[in-house]
Amino acid sequence: MTRRLGFFLLLAPLVLWLGLLIIIPHIDMALVSLRARTGPGEYAPSLQNYGDFFTQPLYLMTFARTAIMSVLATLITLIIGFPISYYIAKIARGRSQASLFLLCLIPFWVSELVRTFGWIILLRETGVISNMLQWAGLADQPVEMLYNDAAMMLGLVYTSMLFMVVPLTTTLESLDDAVIEAGYDLGGNGFSVLREIVIPHAMPGIVSGCIVVFMLSLGNYLTPTMLGGKDSLWFTQLIYSQFIVRFNWELGAAFGFCLLGASSLIVWGMLRLSGQTLERTMGEGA
Amino acid sequence: MTADRAPDLECRALTKRFDTMTAVRSVDFSVPAGSFFSILGPSGCGKTTIMRMIAGFLEPTSGDILIKGRSMLGVPPNRRPVNMVFQHLALFPMMNVAENIGYGLRRQGVAKAEITRRTGEVLERIQLPDIGTRKVSELSGGQRQRVAIARCMVLEPDVLLLDEPLGALDLKLREKMKIELKALQAEFDTTFVYITHDQGEALVMSDSVAVMNAGAFEQVGAARDLYYNPATAFVAGFVGEANRWTGRVTAARGSEAEVRTDAGLTLHARGTGLSQGDKVEIFVRPEAITLAHSVHAVEGDANQIAVQVTALLFNGANSRVLVRDPVSGAEIDVALPQSAAFADLDKGAQVHVGWGRDQSLCFAGTRA
Repeated sequence: MTRRLGFFLLLAPLVLWLGLLIIIPHIDMALVSLRARTGPGEYAPSLQNYGDFFTQPLYLMTFARTAIMSVLATLITLIIGFPISYYIAKIARGRSQASLFLLCLIPFWVSELVRTFGWIILLRETGVISNMLQWAGLADQPVEMLYNDAAMMLGLVYTSMLFMVVPLTTTLESLDDAVIEAGYDLGGNGFSVLREIVIPHAMPGIVSGCIVVFMLSLGNYLTPTMLGGKDSLWFTQLIYSQFIVRFNWELGAAFGFCLLGASSLIVWGMLRLSGQTLERTMGEGA
Repeated sequence: MTADRAPDLECRALTKRFDTMTAVRSVDFSVPAGSFFSILGPSGCGKTTIMRMIAGFLEPTSGDILIKGRSMLGVPPNRRPVNMVFQHLALFPMMNVAENIGYGLRRQGVAKAEITRRTGEVLERIQLPDIGTRKVSELSGGQRQRVAIARCMVLEPDVLLLDEPLGALDLKLREKMKIELKALQAEFDTTFVYITHDQGEALVMSDSVAVMNAGAFEQVGAARDLYYNPATAFVAGFVGEANRWTGRVTAARGSEAEVRTDAGLTLHARGTGLSQGDKVEIFVRPEAITLAHSVHAVEGDANQIAVQVTALLFNGANSRVLVRDPVSGAEIDVALPQSAAFADLDKGAQVHVGWGRDQSLCFAGTRA
């Protein structure tokens, strides 16, 4: 009897967390998204909000843009993160290994807001890089590097780098050095060893890193808002404006569910494409 | 030309220094084609360093490595006609057995049909014809071993290096694999270079064994030579079991010497170049000592001692008797004869031990 009680007590925080913060709000959101306002304080069940989403080009375009840019940010993070992880896991030894890992971690002790401000200080018209270019004579007037897609991409990649490096380093560390040596010994060169041995082994880490980075990018609000320009509208900004600016909770909730559906679909696609399962990637990776 | 008669593998004054320590000190050896050569030594003696230099993962500090008469200096591992069976085999876990074996052939750009044919062929030769589609993790220890060898042999290397591949197996399987490895070597007719710290493995399988200690070769020879005629005290102590005593020469005549051990035992031994007062080490193999109930049985031996049994260490065919010389207190390890005469031997029994002068191997002491 007491054992039973202990079990429920231990389970309670998880159930409360999932129930109060995830399940109940989502049920409520689902209900809100499935109604339309017919008059002041009057609502009727309707699919109008989803209809709006699929018929308004702005919504659809922003949605597609956000998804594509997130995939791009994920790929760039992977391409930059892989060599870093490989170096940390396989080439660096002892103390330098630990300190390199720490160097990747340190920026994350600072709030995301402050980190993004860091980029603004560097990239703005009167910022560090602009001044340096002028001082070096490479530019004859202040250069504005903020408020465009490139700046936003930079911010997204920077923000999510750690979440790629950690699972990748973990999986690469589990690869026996002798297996890599065997690859060379049997006639492989650097490229074929990477393609046939290192990458297949690191696949669970690659996929779990990509899933996390993709989700973080897709749901990011701060970075696109601060670093992106007028044309860099992010889907989360649309959701924000529906909820906060226009008080149109119905449409905002519908957008939220569309985003959830799309991210689930893309993650499922990634898993299918790489032949991995969620258990394997999440169990081995982060 | 000469290349036809050149040994498969030759090392000349091979030396490897890491920052402050010398791991391999001017090692010379050559391995004739088709033979089984072992390097035997305790861990940390530098044998793995030699192997990694031959495979190409380390560059020698000085000296040369020749394979079939061709120098391998500056040749990267993937271009050397040597393949290596790693300590933990290092099979590719992401591939099945056939893909593992076909890996090297794919690297050489062999056609697909040819790869399938040769993979099938080599699987026949290791007597595992139907496991091509199995995953590596589904294989037993012995099967993995054979697949790891097949993965190398399919490339028909001039020399196959084996880095203690039996270390991870349990005792029974290890005994079986020893015989199997020797058979595989004969089957493929390739030069095997095998490194191990286990003398049983080295002695049973090899045509020739090099005993290595502290970065240098102590002795190279057939297993019998190492056992019966060790060249140095290290070899005598490392190969086979031995009672070891230190002492001083009290009388020397030609190749004969009389030695008084530190424990106070007086022994007659064989050893050249000794003179009175020299510090020496004496080795006597437990199986070279005759155990007898009566003194008459050991009358002809140069060394004979009346002793008392202090312990019986029963281990089937390898059973031992520990006896003590009551005069000096020295303990002697004696092999228990597998005859009915000693079946009822017990602790405390009075017996006689004896051995010939030639069975006491005497070396000028370096560590005494």
